[in-house]
Amino acid sequence: MRKSLILITFLMLPAVSWAAGGVIFPNDDVSVDWDDKEAMQRGAKLFVNYCMGCHSAGYSRYNRVGKDLGISDADVSENLIFTTDKNGEKTKVGSLMMSAMSVEYGEVAFGTAPPDLSLIARSRGTHWLYNYLRGFYVDEARPFGVNNGVFPSVGMPHVLSGLEGQKKAVKEMLDDGHGGEHEVITGFEKVSDGSMSTEEYDQAVYDLVAFMDYVAEPYKETRRNVGTGVLIFLFFFLILTYMLKKEYWKDIH
Amino acid sequence: MSKQNNLMGWIDARFPATKMWEEHLSKYYAPKNFNFWYFFGSLALLVLVLQIVTGIFLTMQYKPDGAIAFASVEYIMRDVEWGWLIRYMHSTGASAFFIIIYLHMFRGLMYGSYQKPRELIWLFGMFIFLALMAEAFMGYLLPWGQMSFWGAQVIISLFGAIPVIGDDITLWIRGDFVISDATLNRFFALHVIAVPLVLVMLVVMHILALHEVGSNNPDGVEIKKNKDENGIPLDGIPFHPYYSVKDIVGVVGFLILFSIVVFFMPEMNGYFLEYANFVPANPFKTPEHIAPVWYFTPFYAVLRAVPDKLIGVIGMFAAIAVLFVLPWIDRGKVHSIRYRSGAFKVLLAMFIISFIGLGYLGAIPATEARTWFARIFTIGYFGYFIGLWFISKNENTKPVPERVTS
Repeated sequence: MRKSLILITFLMLPAVSWAAGGVIFPNDDVSVDWDDKEAMQRGAKLFVNYCMGCHSAGYSRYNRVGKDLGISDADVSENLIFTTDKNGEKTKVGSLMMSAMSVEYGEVAFGTAPPDLSLIARSRGTHWLYNYLRGFYVDEARPFGVNNGVFPSVGMPHVLSGLEGQKKAVKEMLDDGHGGEHEVITGFEKVSDGSMSTEEYDQAVYDLVAFMDYVAEPYKETRRNVGTGVLIFLFFFLILTYMLKKEYWKDIH
Repeated sequence: MSKQNNLMGWIDARFPATKMWEEHLSKYYAPKNFNFWYFFGSLALLVLVLQIVTGIFLTMQYKPDGAIAFASVEYIMRDVEWGWLIRYMHSTGASAFFIIIYLHMFRGLMYGSYQKPRELIWLFGMFIFLALMAEAFMGYLLPWGQMSFWGAQVIISLFGAIPVIGDDITLWIRGDFVISDATLNRFFALHVIAVPLVLVMLVVMHILALHEVGSNNPDGVEIKKNKDENGIPLDGIPFHPYYSVKDIVGVVGFLILFSIVVFFMPEMNGYFLEYANFVPANPFKTPEHIAPVWYFTPFYAVLRAVPDKLIGVIGMFAAIAVLFVLPWIDRGKVHSIRYRSGAFKVLLAMFIISFIGLGYLGAIPATEARTWFARIFTIGYFGYFIGLWFISKNENTKPVPERVTS
């Protein structure tokens, strides 16, 4: 009992230290349903329409996305590809998902080039993404007029504001436990409406996060399926090898 | 004579095939009382082979070039057929290797496998451990992610603490003033050729030395003392087929655990593959929290526990170096923990708690309180060796049986 208590205490320490690392708002949980291909398809559409103007998913290929999410090559070409290749022709479906924006221009426009987002769901996590995309609020002090409750002073404009609308942050002073105070965001207030309701926007962000999660590890489903088969085989093989061992060892005392 | 015997006879007259088979397998007599802890030797060999084979396939697609190394790894993961499997096996294999080696070494501590006459086996093993750490450290740079880059930056800069020549040494290791393409290229060369060659040679020496003196066992008694009329140890059984079939059970058991990680949790919550390593290396952007991979964290925690950098570095290397002289620190005659004193058991428990505690603390950001814990654990770690030297001289041991117990 005491041992398990010590173990639990140790296992909980990282959670405590992580929580103390910084207060973020919003901070809602999300879990991506890996069978919901339709959400991922909608997310893919949001990604190419709203994100790919500046960001690439440069380790991923259009037709791989199509194959994994059940979209035909023709549909992929029609609905997901809006760039041209170096010959000026429409980008082929087998191409990597590169943004049309060059790194050099990105640096000029934003101070730092918009990062490639292929692996963002693996480096930041889906929890972070889901809240980040719902964390923009009006802040006239920032160059693009918006700040973020998850990523303070982010250099990115709120590209989804047409969908979400604008909101301002409700802030409170909080005792930081070291004798000082610091300001934290405790809520948002809608300033102007977008084309979506709050619920619809949350769903859209979920769709986008589901797609980002997929594109960060497109082989995840295969990995789990193969793994299940491998484990079933190994389990039976374990019984077999154990019986073989028993048979050989029966005369050793 | 059958054709087969003819062929073997022809070979045996020219190469000691049958002789080697008998010496190391069919007529190598191992104690019959091996327990769970004796699986890890053969498992270490298995993982070494796994790492070499998966590594060969990775080198076929990987590009050791600062500009495209990160992308080439993602290419392997996405566009190479079964590339993700090969890569996850290799990344999980690295951590599995250390888990196995640490348990293998712990077995040695428990049963006195380093004691006379097995000092050289232990020494070769320690050199394997050292080579393995170099191998893992250089391999971790290759994916060229943020943690690859900054982890290597931190570790290499440690050599800068050496007085007078420190800066020149770091420059010499990196081949540049910062970690760069030059560093990546040389680490690749060392990781795929130089260190694996050394590793394999050391493993051969480790096994040859073991087969020369014979295996220890959980009772720590010499089975060669009691032989039958044919000169075969009474408590010995031929390695093949008895331990070959038994080790296969261990192999399958291991593969089940290994597969759970590879297929269902390859990142192992950020311990086997750190999250920050999914961001390409950026020399201008230091990550918030730089932590070495888990298998280095006990030694990293020792380093951080000492306020002075140079003494910290010395402490870190001493934590490894002290293991080399363990056979001479332990002056006891009794091998196994089963017949050693209560003081020995307390010391070993303290050592294990300290080692795990240091490993945990080395993985998380340091705070004042944690640093004090790390200091206590560091004292616990070194205290084991100091304590062992004192208690082992006139240890209050239990009577050791003449033969192995089952």
